[in-house]
Amino acid sequence: MSGVSPIVRVQGLHKYFGSLHVLRGVDFEVEKGEAVMLVGRSGSGKTTLLRSINFLTEPTLGSVEVDGLRVDADPLGSRNREHREQIRQIRLRAGMLFQEFNLFPHMTVLENLIEAPIRVRGLARDEAIALADRYLDKVGLKDKRDEHPARLSGGQKQRTAIARALCMEPKVLMFDEPTSALDPELIGEVLNVMEDLAHEGTTMIVVTHEMHFAREAADRVVFMEEGEIVEQGPPEKVLNSPQDPRTQQFLRRFLAAGAA
Amino acid sequence: MAALVATDNVDTEWIKTWAPLIVGSAGLTIVVCMASIAMAIVLAILGALGRLSANPFINGLASLYVSFVRGTPLLVQIYFIYFALPALGIILPALPAGIFALGFNYGAYLTEIFRAGIQAVPAGQREAAEALGMRESLVMRRIVLPQATRIVTPAIGNEFIAMIKDSALVSIIGVREVLWNAETAGRPRGNTLEAFIIAALIYWVLTITFSVFQERLERRMARSDRQ
Repeated sequence: MSGVSPIVRVQGLHKYFGSLHVLRGVDFEVEKGEAVMLVGRSGSGKTTLLRSINFLTEPTLGSVEVDGLRVDADPLGSRNREHREQIRQIRLRAGMLFQEFNLFPHMTVLENLIEAPIRVRGLARDEAIALADRYLDKVGLKDKRDEHPARLSGGQKQRTAIARALCMEPKVLMFDEPTSALDPELIGEVLNVMEDLAHEGTTMIVVTHEMHFAREAADRVVFMEEGEIVEQGPPEKVLNSPQDPRTQQFLRRFLAAGAA
Repeated sequence: MAALVATDNVDTEWIKTWAPLIVGSAGLTIVVCMASIAMAIVLAILGALGRLSANPFINGLASLYVSFVRGTPLLVQIYFIYFALPALGIILPALPAGIFALGFNYGAYLTEIFRAGIQAVPAGQREAAEALGMRESLVMRRIVLPQATRIVTPAIGNEFIAMIKDSALVSIIGVREVLWNAETAGRPRGNTLEAFIIAALIYWVLTITFSVFQERLERRMARSDRQ
């Protein structure tokens, strides 16, 4: 049965920040091997949806299931030890990449990569190093192994962060606007790595404003507006001939701004 | 100084006899300060975690500690630990009592410094660590505290230099550090001028030495930040 059920299943997800209703009943699934791009204007709830999947943001209502492990929202804020452990298990299955990279500045690139595999997954040090070397090679940063993050460019930092997430061998990789903090000339190297991952069949969810990238790498584009999924489908359909007037308007503005 | 010596007000014979003893006791002053700052740092980390804890009891206890220590004179705390605790059956010899008093006192000030340092570590660091599946205690120990320690190191240096001076207070309970030796050698013989000038000079040299040391450390840390 595990081959049939999706890797990520979000059901009836709501999120309030105070009186602000940011997610309004989102149902969302990601199949194994799928690359899903979340698009929509800022404030539409894309990032909140992504962060709710690994509970960095606590959803208000609804449930999240990752690779068969389901955790319900906790409207009363009464998480106990068992819930926290389940959330931790979900995080092990869903790797996360951030806009600001969030590498650990007091550790070298290699130390960043092996820290969690050793201390969280319980790998032996030489196993963890072998794993780290493999993924550093994959993102093209083998020669930066012993540098501190402060000596890397933004693009190199984000590629290191991708390698760090891969070292946990998660079931799904989630990217929260991974290129938004980068200088334009450094965006390409990160998108190339992500595109390779997508084509290799890595399950991924990407919040992005890079429409060209979405067109190239996405299996499915999900358009969000005001906390709801408005339209979704293959990129050529959603991005070229959107059905919903809100998607049409968003893409028109986007094209007008020359961003796509 | 040379002028003083030249005026004949200064008893050079006394200095020759007693100065080496007073200077030699600088070692104990440094030992007292090292031990006290070590204790203070341990208390401060616990205190800071307490002040940031969501548990109201732990939080209250840490707040009480900081408030009480900062609201009472160090001298009273030294007296209390050395003269009052025996009434409760806790009898500490002078040296441990002095170290305990200084450590306890500075621990409270450092608590606030560590708390600020922990809060200065960007939230994204904690999120990234949590997203990698680290438990709360591991996030604190491996990710937040090492970065917070870097942030507060200059402030710990300042506190240490202040402590060198405050350590003179433990002479009153008989810890045989610099001031105790100066007083014991100088007062009975009427050589207070020489005795306290020497004591003052020793503290001055110690603080200058550690300031230079601290500046170098800070410069080195700044360099590794830039990398």
